Formats: sequence, C-alpha cells, structure tokens
Amino acid sequence: METATAPTQAPPPGPPTGTPRGKARPGDRIFLGLSKGSGITLLVIMAAIAAFLGYRAVLAISKDEANFLTTFEWNPAGDPPVFGIAVLAFGTVVSSIIAMVLAVPVAIGIALFISHFAPRRLAGPIAYVVDLLAAVPSIIYGLWGAVFLVPYLDGLNKWLDEYLGWTYIFERTSEGVARNLFTVGILLAIMILPIITNVTREVFLQSPKMHEEAALALGATRWEVIRMAVLPFGRSGIISASMLGLGRALGETMAVAVVLSPSFVLSGHLLDPGGGTFAQNIAAKFNEADEFGRDALIASGLVLFVITLLVNGAARAIIARRKEYSGANA
Amino acid sequence: MAKRIDVSGLTAFYGTHRAIDDISMTVEPRSVTAFIGPSGCGKSTFLRTLNRMHEVTPGGRVEGKVMLDDENLYASNVDPVAVRRTVGMVFQRPNPFPTMSIFDNVAAGLRLNGNYKKSELSDVVEKSLKGANLWNEVKDRLNKPGSGLSGGQQQRLCIARAIAVEPDVLLMDEPCSALDPISTLAIEDLIGELKERFTIVIVTHNMQQAARVSDRTAFFNLAAVGQPGKLVEIDDTERIFANPSVQATEDYISGRFG
Repeated sequence: METATAPTQAPPPGPPTGTPRGKARPGDRIFLGLSKGSGITLLVIMAAIAAFLGYRAVLAISKDEANFLTTFEWNPAGDPPVFGIAVLAFGTVVSSIIAMVLAVPVAIGIALFISHFAPRRLAGPIAYVVDLLAAVPSIIYGLWGAVFLVPYLDGLNKWLDEYLGWTYIFERTSEGVARNLFTVGILLAIMILPIITNVTREVFLQSPKMHEEAALALGATRWEVIRMAVLPFGRSGIISASMLGLGRALGETMAVAVVLSPSFVLSGHLLDPGGGTFAQNIAAKFNEADEFGRDALIASGLVLFVITLLVNGAARAIIARRKEYSGANA
Repeated sequence: MAKRIDVSGLTAFYGTHRAIDDISMTVEPRSVTAFIGPSGCGKSTFLRTLNRMHEVTPGGRVEGKVMLDDENLYASNVDPVAVRRTVGMVFQRPNPFPTMSIFDNVAAGLRLNGNYKKSELSDVVEKSLKGANLWNEVKDRLNKPGSGLSGGQQQRLCIARAIAVEPDVLLMDEPCSALDPISTLAIEDLIGELKERFTIVIVTHNMQQAARVSDRTAFFNLAAVGQPGKLVEIDDTERIFANPSVQATEDYISGRFG
C-alpha cells in the first residue's frame, strides 16, 4: 500500500536539480562512510599507541630507582635499575636548536631566491636540487657525516675553540674527533633544509602580486618589497615550515646514531664528544635491551613525543596570536 | 609640487609584443586627466609606464621619453625606485598591506624614505588620512588592521598611503571599478580635492566618471585584437564628450563602438 511518504520517493520531473534532503546518493554515502571511517580509525590507532606507550612507560618508571627526569645515567638492567633522560633531552633539544639556527635563515634565503630573485630558467633547477636533498635517505646522511663531515670539522672546531672559546659553549675541554652535538646539529641542519625551503617557497610564491605592486609603487626596493609584502604574508608559513623541520630534527635517528659517539655526560661544551638524543639512544639500545629495558626506552620515547607536542602547540599559539593581521583576510 | 608630464614617442612592449605604439601627450599639473578606451587598448599599460611600473612585468620594456617637468624618467641615470617615490599610484583593487595596521599602512611610504620621529609620522598620517577623507572614520582604530575596513575605505586608505609621501603625480588605475556607487562618489569627490595639490591621471571604464572628474580626456583605441594600442586624441573633457574631432571617439562615447 502507498503511504503518505510516497511523494518524496517519486522521482522529480525533468532533470534532477539536486538531491532531495535525507536521501543521499550512493556515491555520497560511500564517500562519507570512507572519510568518516578513516578519521575514526586514525583516532583509534592514536589512542591505542598512546595507551600502549603510556602503560609500558609507567611500568618502567615505577621501578626506576632514580629520578627519571634528572638522572645522567641509563642502566635499566642494573640492580637496582637506574635510568634518566636528562642527557637525552639536553642532546635532543640542543642539536635541534643548532640545526634550526643554521637551517631556517638559509632555507628562507633559498626560498626567496627561487621565488623572487632567480631568473626563471635558474629557479627550476635549483628547486629540483633542493628536492633531491630531501630524497637522500638519512643513513646516507649519517655515513657522509661520519666519513666526511667529522674529520673536516676538526679544523673548524679548533678555530671556534681558539676564538670563541670564551663563550663557554665553544670551549673544548677534551681533545677528540668531532663526534659531538655541534656536528650533529650541522648534519641535522642539512637534512631539514629541503623541507623548510620547499614549504616556505610555496608560501612565498603565493604572496599576492597586488601587495608587492603596492610596495613597489611606493618606491620600495626589491628587498623592501620582500620585507613589506612577502615576509609578513609568509610569516605563519615560515613558522609552520620550521616546525616541520624541527619535528624531523627532534626525531632523526640513524644519522645521529652514526655520527655521535654517545655518552651519558651532560656537557654545555658543544664541541666535546659525547651526549645523546632520544631517538639515537633508542636505536642504539633497543636490540640488546631486555623486556624491562625496552619499557625504559619506550618511556624516553614518550618524553620525546611530549616535547614535540609542546613545540607544535607553541607554534600554533604564535600563529594564532597575529591571526587578524595574516594574509587570510586580505 | 605638482609637475607637468610630457610624453613623446612612447612605445611599450611585453616581450616582442608591442602593447602601445608611439604615444605623445602632455598632462597639465593640478588637473585631472582621464584615459578612456576599450579593454586591451593599452591605457593601463601606458599609465604604468608613467611611474616605471611597466618594466616590473617580466618582459616589460619601454622606448621613448617621459619628461616630468625637465627630468626624463627613462634617462639612463634615473633609478626607477626614485621615480616611484615621486609618482604615486592607486590600483584597481584596494591593496592595503594586510599585515599592517591602518597607521602603518599610511606611514609605509615615509618609513621607506627615511627616518622620521614618531610625532612627525603621526602628523603626516593624520594629515594624509584627512586628505583622503578617511580620518573621521578611522581615527579611533588606527592600530587595527587596514584589511578590516570596507572596500571604499580601503581604497581611500590606499590613496592616503600614496599621498603621504607628497608625490608630484598621482596615477589611478580604475580606482572605483571594485567599489559600490556611494564609495565611488566619495573617491570622485576626493579626486576633485586632490587635484588642487597633485597632477592626477586616472584610467576609467566609466565614461560618466571621466566626464565628472576630469579636465582633459584621452581616448585610446586599437585597430584590432593583437594590434598595439594608440592614442586617438586628447582634448578638454567637454570637447571630447560634446564635439570630438575624431569620428572613432564619438562612436565610442555614444556607444556605437564595434
């Protein structure tokens, strides 16, 4: 029997102008299901990873006989087990800071050159070479760093020690090859250069022509145009790009593991050999560790995860603070 | 400060394409000269040769002479950056810097030109905003971003930014084409006031606007698509609209064009 709902089921006369409310087409329904499903799956996987890491980390930290955050030692197999992340946190943060200080200005420079200064026939090849840098596997960077960079940096380190030794951080207290945090920082800088360059270049290319013309018409030089119309517009893009690079620097494993000669000594002298990072420590110790040792390493991984979250949060806060001045509402 | 522009034999290229061909005209100081003509006839290109913005476009190239009083803008020893500081420009779409406040937008040109004390800057900013009939609307929110203003207000902000550096000439490239009729009227009134101090050249597609605001009108035309644009005639606006000396001008103005 036909019911009162019948009219809504009747096909509209002539070509359909739109989908009737409440009756999705199969394509829409499948797509909605797929995208919703992917989103939910992602959340479930994230939650599962977090729960697993958290559980194992708590197991390890509860048996730690020393302060997990401040101890300069990693000996979960000892009796009693003693381990702490102080050296790893210091090494990770310091090497990443060095990498950012070196890479961000250079990346912005390259990106500006490609987007605004280079003649078109040069810009393409340069962008391509930068892309190639990103395609090199990190173990190759590590080998190159250990075989080429470490011996060649010895001279630079001597020079820094001699002329900038008074700054404390460039003072060398022990002679030795340059398997130190400074070298790691330089290597990381090269590794994160392509991603920062590529993202900032894209942002600079999108800077609105009309604002560049406005600056030009006021009598701005090429550099002043960049300062007035390009860099402010690209500000949030530069920050996002830097955060992407920083994320890679914080988590980089193989290259650091190959170059650094690890030790559990926390030293402010960046040119002294030794130190360690979270990722390098996990890679170096995971295979030989017993069940409990692995839990301890997982706990350190969790700290790295938290640091990355904090960095990202800070970046978002910086971007949000000047939102009304961003190019988005132009 | 307003100066006379004397153009002779000016030809502009995009790469090998000749956009405008052999244009000569004189623009009187303290007057408004309007450029009218069909799309693609090169009136905007010609306007952009007057402050050397044309050569910013890749492939842009100019031959000929543009005299600003007795200085040739295209002499080999002239810095285009310096030219643009004396010949201001207002664009088709309002383009205040979105990352700057209203105050900083107006002060932008001054900050390029040299060091000013904060009090001097404030004075010039106030004077320029008053000159652009915008002061009363924005005086309480000078530190807010310029992009929060309405389109008409943004365009007047751009005019304030252009006149803050006291240019000799003010070029306007269809300044009202993105605005509603009321904002357009405000800009037209403003043009009437500004011509007391500046030499103004305005490109417009709106012939009523040309008739309302300008003292002299130049009609540009092109023989066919792909052909270079040419100056057909320039004369007092009244004559152009009442009794032009060239038939093509009359056809265009009366709508019998094409």
